[in-house]
Amino acid sequence: MEQFLTFGIVGLSTAAIYAVIGSGLVLTYTTTGVFNFAHGAAGMLSAFTYWQLTGGWGWPVPVALAVVLLVLAPAFGLFVEKVVLRPVQALGEAERLVMTVALLSGLIAVARWIWDPNVPRTLPTFLADRKPFHIGSAVVTWHQALTMTVAVLVAVGLRILLYRTRPGAEMRATVDDRALVGLTGAHPVRANRTAWILGTQLAAIGGILIAPTVTLDAAQLSLLIVSAYTAAIFGRLRSVPLTFAGAIVVGCMESYLTGYLPQNAYLPGLRLAAPALLLFVALLAFPHRRLRGRDRKLRPVPVPTARGTAVFAVCVVAFGAVLASALGEADLITYGAIFSLGVVALSYVPLAGYAGQISLCQLSMAGIGAVVWAHLGAHGEFWALGVAILVSAVAGAVVALPALRLSGVYLALGTAAFAVVLDRWIFTLPSFHLFGMRIALFDQGSVDVAGPRLFGLALDTAAKQLVFAAVCLALASLVVAAVRRGRFGRRLIALRDSEAAYATLGGSLLRAKVLVFALSSGIAGLGGALYGMQQRSITADQFNLVAGLPIFLVAVVGGLGAVGNGLFAGTAYIGPTNALVAVAPWAQNLVALLPGLAGIGLGHNPDGIVVRFRREWEPLGRDRIALPGLLCVLALLWVLRLGDLINGWTFLGCSVAAGVALRIWATARQTAAPTEPEVPVEWWGLRRAWRPEDREVLARGLAAD
Amino acid sequence: MASLRISGVSVAFGGNRALDGVGLSAEPGRVTGLIGPNGAGKSTLFDVASGLRRPSSGQVFLDGRDVTRTSPAGRARRGLARTFQRLELFGRLTVRDNLLVAAELGPDRRRAHHAVTETLTRLGLTHLADSPPDALPTGVGRLVEVGRAMVIRPKVLLLDEPAAGQDSEETERFAALLRSLTDDGTAVVLVEHDMSLVMGVCDEVYVLDLGKVIASGPPEVIRNDETVLAAYLGDA
Repeated sequence: MEQFLTFGIVGLSTAAIYAVIGSGLVLTYTTTGVFNFAHGAAGMLSAFTYWQLTGGWGWPVPVALAVVLLVLAPAFGLFVEKVVLRPVQALGEAERLVMTVALLSGLIAVARWIWDPNVPRTLPTFLADRKPFHIGSAVVTWHQALTMTVAVLVAVGLRILLYRTRPGAEMRATVDDRALVGLTGAHPVRANRTAWILGTQLAAIGGILIAPTVTLDAAQLSLLIVSAYTAAIFGRLRSVPLTFAGAIVVGCMESYLTGYLPQNAYLPGLRLAAPALLLFVALLAFPHRRLRGRDRKLRPVPVPTARGTAVFAVCVVAFGAVLASALGEADLITYGAIFSLGVVALSYVPLAGYAGQISLCQLSMAGIGAVVWAHLGAHGEFWALGVAILVSAVAGAVVALPALRLSGVYLALGTAAFAVVLDRWIFTLPSFHLFGMRIALFDQGSVDVAGPRLFGLALDTAAKQLVFAAVCLALASLVVAAVRRGRFGRRLIALRDSEAAYATLGGSLLRAKVLVFALSSGIAGLGGALYGMQQRSITADQFNLVAGLPIFLVAVVGGLGAVGNGLFAGTAYIGPTNALVAVAPWAQNLVALLPGLAGIGLGHNPDGIVVRFRREWEPLGRDRIALPGLLCVLALLWVLRLGDLINGWTFLGCSVAAGVALRIWATARQTAAPTEPEVPVEWWGLRRAWRPEDREVLARGLAAD
Repeated sequence: MASLRISGVSVAFGGNRALDGVGLSAEPGRVTGLIGPNGAGKSTLFDVASGLRRPSSGQVFLDGRDVTRTSPAGRARRGLARTFQRLELFGRLTVRDNLLVAAELGPDRRRAHHAVTETLTRLGLTHLADSPPDALPTGVGRLVEVGRAMVIRPKVLLLDEPAAGQDSEETERFAALLRSLTDDGTAVVLVEHDMSLVMGVCDEVYVLDLGKVIASGPPEVIRNDETVLAAYLGDA
């Protein structure tokens, strides 16, 4: 009984922190309509800053607390509201969601940059010098008592603010109709600002209170938010009292699992994954929503032509062949990931680009593909690649089941929870037997991965594997383009535009969603297997949620509807970052920040870079002098590189320079091309030659009259 | 036998009863009108009929079969199609692809392309086939939505304010289209505020007010019904 009480006190104390953080999340969501994935990261940054002020610089605790909670946290909240989210306020829910994911990724990178993750840091508990007191037989520390008191004060304070004050009424009204609130003389922007300031302060309080009880690690602290997410989902992201109730369930569950879960090799991860599992279940238990009506914020999904896609596929393979011949062995392993992670990024195109389903667990699916290939294809058995794709596809189909009930932010949360369950539990399991079959994952460490044997040819060098990955990316791009042009692609876009209309025409939401999740997870699984081959050895950490966020962000920046996004995202994520680190090793931390910054820049180019890139480079593709000229220059450079007359960097630099120069020249030539002076209609065929289309133009003109 | 029969359907939103024991039947080859002031529950009744909303009580029968618990897709496969008061076109697809999605989901998917071309011609929309629907005027957009519902060759067609946004000439053409649909044996249920269209094409009219059917019968009876005049039509 004493143990039960003690774990109960610990659980309630943890619950109090989750309640404080969760209520901040609810406050910002209900007021601004933005679900802040970076809420935990704001708490993490506050905890690190507080450590810096007290532990690092020796400031007194009250001063440090005042600076963090009353100056830095509000300033950060204002920064997020004004710089990050206001530019995308008019865009869709997906764009706002991406911005907060970018912020999460960026803040983790910033924290790792400022505070070296290899240096251990600890924060002392509050009032640690005071002797604990007893409630019955249970011991209660003053830190725990303070935590619970703070939670009660937050609950009372929020209640008074929201229901007894004018700013509170303004905040509640803003979420219902911003424009209407503005007409009544209230100030929706001010309500937003207040919500962001208060939300960030609550995250900061939670972060500072929880930091003494856990390791001060950027990713871990940021992902503690999963427990607070679960609490907030209990409150349907709207009710603060229910969020507090949810926090008590989550806090006590974690505490009692620590105390009472049997000790064996399989269950420690379950305790860590329990909040994410509970979040997944809580989302599933949501009442079935009504079918979504029409998506009013439409972004076009380009239809790739068969010829264009074939040319693109040939270019991808040629790019792979050139890289394979131009790079040294070490660079081949580094840059080979362009194609394998490109395949993973391509998996977002049918899922998010066509069907509008936001998933944050695609890299986890890649991890499943990698681990299946590592075990079944240990001797290069090619059929195992098919099994890896199939197993990943089945896992994707399982994720699709909650997708039937969820959309937008809830689906993103559900997929993030799925990724966390894999990271913290499934991927950490030792081998086990299921229906008489031995299942091995990462063997609690790393797993060696071999290259495949194809028609008797062993793809066992980095160069061969890079070309193989390029061929796979080209084939996957052809498949994704064919989906867009075909019946299934039309159905996915119809489903995305209006679920209600699609269903009332006889379309099965279940079948379409299961198929698209399976397709995209299968593609991600292929990418994971290719990535594993190139890395030679894989660990679970390479496929965790945090590792997947930058790939997601780069894919979003590329434009989720574009088939060329696989190559773009792979190149943009692997190419410049590694090149920059090779040239300037000190820039490693800055490089880690780039995907986050790129994601935050989304507001300026919501259609994606690939579409813009294609538009800008089209003149070169059409030019009958510049294009052959470029091909000749590239061929010459390649020959020079093969002859070892120039090194890889010179080859790369000259290729890019030649491409850019010829593009500019081709654009200038086509812009300057003289346009024919306009000839009045009555002189057609006299002052200029008669054209076949003139008859149609005349017929339309006459019909209009 | 009626193609669509709705019996004693009730729907409540919180404490408000949007529909209260509503009954309606639509027969093949006939146009059934459903009129009433805004908020009377007409679109809610369409949502119940098409399966987008579950009624708290009552039943929906399609060709004599109880489909109350059947999904919207299941009802569509049994021959029910609808349009929406607020346009629900697939905005990222062209007009042709809007119809093609429907035709490929319909009973004769091998003839989908042919059926789409035929429907576009019938509606006079051929020249707009490759346009994005968002670029079209609302009246034309509604016609596209009607075409999308028609292309699956439904037995029962629910049309929610299809003539809104159309000028008088377009409305006349639309009335002719409705008659041609009934000639094919389709049961049409029409929600519309344009009384000349309703009274001109409907064989039977139901009047809904505050979630209840306050009158039903042939148009000439409804036109002179005092309850209807007081609740909806007025003295005009």
